[in-house]
Amino acid sequence: MTSVSSSSEFHHQHHFKSAEHQYASSKQGIWLFLCTEILMFGGLFVGYLIYHSLYPTVFKNGSETLDWKMGAVNTVVLLVSSFTMAAAINYVQRGLHKIAAIMLALTIACAGAFMVIKYFEYSHKFHVGTVPGKFSLVDPSCAAGGKRAECESKISALLKNPAELEKNHVSAEEVARLKAVISQPKWEMFYGFYFVMTGLHGVHVVAGAFLIFWVFIKTLRRKVGPEYYTPVEGVGLFWHVVDLVWIYLFPLLYLVG
Amino acid sequence: MSSAHTKTEHGHTDHNYLNHGSGIWSWMTTLDHKRIGLMYFATVATLFLIGGFFALGIRLHLAKFGTTPLLDPDTYNKFMTFHGAIMVFMVIIPGIPAFLGNFVLPIQLGAKDVAFPRLNLASYYIFIAGALIAASSMIFNQVDTGWTFYTPYSTAKTSNGVILLVLGAFTMGFSSILTGLNFIVTTHKLRAPGMTMDRIPLMIWALYSTSIIQILATPILAITLLLIGAEKTLGVGIFDPDLGGDPVLFQHFFWFYSHPAVYIMILPAMGVISELITAFSKKTIFGYRAIAYSSVAIAAVSFLVWGHHMFVSGQSTIAGIVFSIITMFVGVPTAIKLFNWISTMYRGTVTFEAPMLFALGFMFLFTIGGLTGVFLASTGMDVHFHDTYFVVAHFHYVMVGGTLMALMGGIFYWFPKMFGKMTSDLGGRISWVLIFTGFNVTFFPQFVLGAMGMPRRYFDYLPEYTNLNQISTVGSWLIGLGFLVGLITIIHGILKGEKATDNPWGAKTLEWQTSSPPPHENFTTTPTVTAGPYDFR
Ligand code: HEM
Ligand SMILES: [Cu+2]
Repeated sequence: MTSVSSSSEFHHQHHFKSAEHQYASSKQGIWLFLCTEILMFGGLFVGYLIYHSLYPTVFKNGSETLDWKMGAVNTVVLLVSSFTMAAAINYVQRGLHKIAAIMLALTIACAGAFMVIKYFEYSHKFHVGTVPGKFSLVDPSCAAGGKRAECESKISALLKNPAELEKNHVSAEEVARLKAVISQPKWEMFYGFYFVMTGLHGVHVVAGAFLIFWVFIKTLRRKVGPEYYTPVEGVGLFWHVVDLVWIYLFPLLYLVG
Repeated sequence: MSSAHTKTEHGHTDHNYLNHGSGIWSWMTTLDHKRIGLMYFATVATLFLIGGFFALGIRLHLAKFGTTPLLDPDTYNKFMTFHGAIMVFMVIIPGIPAFLGNFVLPIQLGAKDVAFPRLNLASYYIFIAGALIAASSMIFNQVDTGWTFYTPYSTAKTSNGVILLVLGAFTMGFSSILTGLNFIVTTHKLRAPGMTMDRIPLMIWALYSTSIIQILATPILAITLLLIGAEKTLGVGIFDPDLGGDPVLFQHFFWFYSHPAVYIMILPAMGVISELITAFSKKTIFGYRAIAYSSVAIAAVSFLVWGHHMFVSGQSTIAGIVFSIITMFVGVPTAIKLFNWISTMYRGTVTFEAPMLFALGFMFLFTIGGLTGVFLASTGMDVHFHDTYFVVAHFHYVMVGGTLMALMGGIFYWFPKMFGKMTSDLGGRISWVLIFTGFNVTFFPQFVLGAMGMPRRYFDYLPEYTNLNQISTVGSWLIGLGFLVGLITIIHGILKGEKATDNPWGAKTLEWQTSSPPPHENFTTTPTVTAGPYDFR
C-alpha cells in the first residue's frame, strides 16, 4: 500500500508508524466508545422491557396517547440526516469540500428539526399533564397517601373543561385516551420511561449536532480531506448510533401497545 | 553517592521526561502518559488522605460504646458515606490503572505513548471534575446513604446532595471508560515489533482485562446513576415503590456494575503482584498463559455473579443458588494465579525488599479476604453474615489488603523508574510492618464481631462488642501511621533518594531496558522483542 502520509497537509502523530496505523487505531477507539453508548441505552431498554411486562395495560394505553405521526416524521428526519451524513463523509473522502459542507449543514438542520418537533411533543404533554412524577397533575405524594381518587380529579377536571381542552389542542379522541391512561394505577411509570429515554436521546442529538458543527468547521477550513477524514467518519458513526437508538425507541414507545 | 559513576553509565539520561518541559503549565498540559500517571498519583494520594481522615474518625467514634461527643448519628452516616464513596470511586478504582497503568503500560509494550494522548489528558481532567462535583456535596448538602445509594432512601427520602455525589461518580465513570478504551487500543495497536500478545507482560494482561470490564460495566453504572438523578429531579419513579417502581431493580443495576468493579480494583493489583513475584524471585513466572488467561476468565465471570449481593433482597431461591454456584467459580482462576505465584517463588532466589514484602502481604491478606468471600457466597451463611461487620472485614481484606498492598508494592517497585532515584528500603519495610500488623489488628476482630452479630453501618453497638471494637480502633491508628511512614519515605526518595540505575531490581520487562527516568518518548530507539517477558532462567 502506498503511504498517504506523504501528503503535504497531514502528518500522523509521532507515536504511530503511519497514517494508516493511526487511522486504524482511531477507528477502533471510536467503535469501543460506541459500544459503551449502546450499553448505556441498553440499561434503559432492559428497564423498559421489565416494566412493560409488569404493567402491560399502562404501557399500552400510554403509548396510545403519544402522537405516532410526529414520531414517524421524526424517524424520517433522522433517516434523512443519516443519509446526508454518510454522503458528507463520502464527499470529504473525495475532496469535494463544498458539497460535503452543505451535506453537514443539512444534517445539522435535520437535528434541529428533530428537536423542534420534540419540543412540540413535550410541551403538549406539559399542557395536558402527562409528565413524569413530580410534575404530573396527579401529585404522587397524595397517590401514596391513598387519596388517589381525589388527586386524579385534578386532571379529570381539566379533561372535563372544554375551554381548557380547546386551548391545549386536545381532541375528543385524545380525551378518551387520556382517561384510559389515568384510570390505570401507576400510569406515571410510562411517562417516566418516555421522558428519560427520549430525553437522554435528545441530549445525544444535541451533542451530535455540536460534533457535526465541529467537523463542519474543519471541512470549511480544509483541515480534513482525502488524506485525513477520521473526525468526520467518527462523528458520522456516532450520528448513526443516535439514529439507530431512535429506530428502536420509536416503535417501542409509540407503536407497541 | 556514586553519581559520577552513574553519569558515565547513562550518558543520555540528562534529558528525560521529568525535565522535558518545565514549569507547572508544562505538567498541566502534558500529553506524556508518564506525567499523566504521576498527576493521577498526586491526586489519588490526596483523596486517600481525605478518605482516611473519615475512616479514622469513624473508628475513633466506635472506640467507645454508647453515644460519644465525637459524632452524632447523622454525622456518623455522612462520614461513613464519604469514606466509602471516596475510597471506592476515587482511590481504589482509579488507583492502579490510572496511575501505575498509565505509567508502565506503554513502556512495557515498547510504545512511545498511549494511542490517544490527548484523550488521556482529558480523562484526567474529567476525573478531577468528577471528584470536585462529588466533593461539592460535602459542602452544600451532605449525603448519608452510604456509597451504594440504595433506593428508595436515596431517591425519595434523603437530601438532594445525592444528585451531586451521583453526578460526580457518573463523571468519574466516564473518565474510567475513556482510560479503559485508551488502554485497549494501545495494547492492540502499539506493541513494539516482536511483542506478540503471548509476550506481553502479565501486568498488561491484567490491565487489558480490567479495561474490558471498564468498557462493558461502567455504562450500566452510568445509566443507573442518571436514573437516580432523574428520580430526584423529575420523580420518574423507576426505583420508587410509591410510584410503582422497583427498588430491587436498582440493586440489580447497581451490582451489575459494582461487582465487576471489584475486579476493576483487584485485577490490576494481581498484575502488579505477578511482576513483583518474578522480579524478586529472579525466576521465570510459572504458568504465564494460565495467569494471563485467568485474568480474562475473572473478567468474564465477574459479570455473572452480581446476585450474590442480593441473597436477602427477595430474589428467588433458584436465582440465589445459581448465583452462589457461579460465584464459587471465581475462586478457580484466582487460585490458579495464587498457585502459580507460589510455584514461581519455589526454588527461586527470593529477596525481601519492600516491594516483595508488599507482594507477600497481598497474597496473605487477599487469601483471607477471598476465603471469607466463599462464606458469604454460600446462601445459607450469608443470611447470617449479611450486613454485619463480617462483610466489612471481608471487603477491607480484599480491597485494602489486596489492592492497596499491591499499590504500595507497585509504587516502591517502579519508583526508581519514575524518578530515577531509590527510596529508602528501610522506610518501605517499616511502612509495610506497620500497615500489615495494623491491618490485621483492625480488621480481624471485625470478622469476630460480624459473626457475633454486630451490624454494619450502625452508629452504636451493644456493650459486649466493646473490647473488639477498641482493638480495631488501635489497629486503625497503626495503619494510619504505616501510610504516613510510606508517604515520608516516598517524599524523601523524591527529594533525597540515591540515584537509581536503569534496572536496579534486575527485572526483565521492557520498562527496565530504558533509562531511569525514561526519555520523553520512552526509548531512544524502538526496541525489538525476541522472547517472552520474564526471561530469567
Ligand atoms: C485505616 C483504614 C480504614 C479503616 C479503619 C476503615 C474503617 C471503616 C469503617 C468503620 C467502615 C464502616 C463500616 C460499616 O459500618 O459498614 C468502613 C466502611 C467502608 N470502607 Fe473503610 N476503613 C479503612 C480503609 C478503607 C480503605 C483504604 C478503603 C478502600 C480502598 C475502604 C473502603 C470502605 C468502604 C467501601 C466502606 C463501605 C462504606 C459504606 O458502607 O457505605 N476503607 N471503613
Ligand atoms: Cu460481588
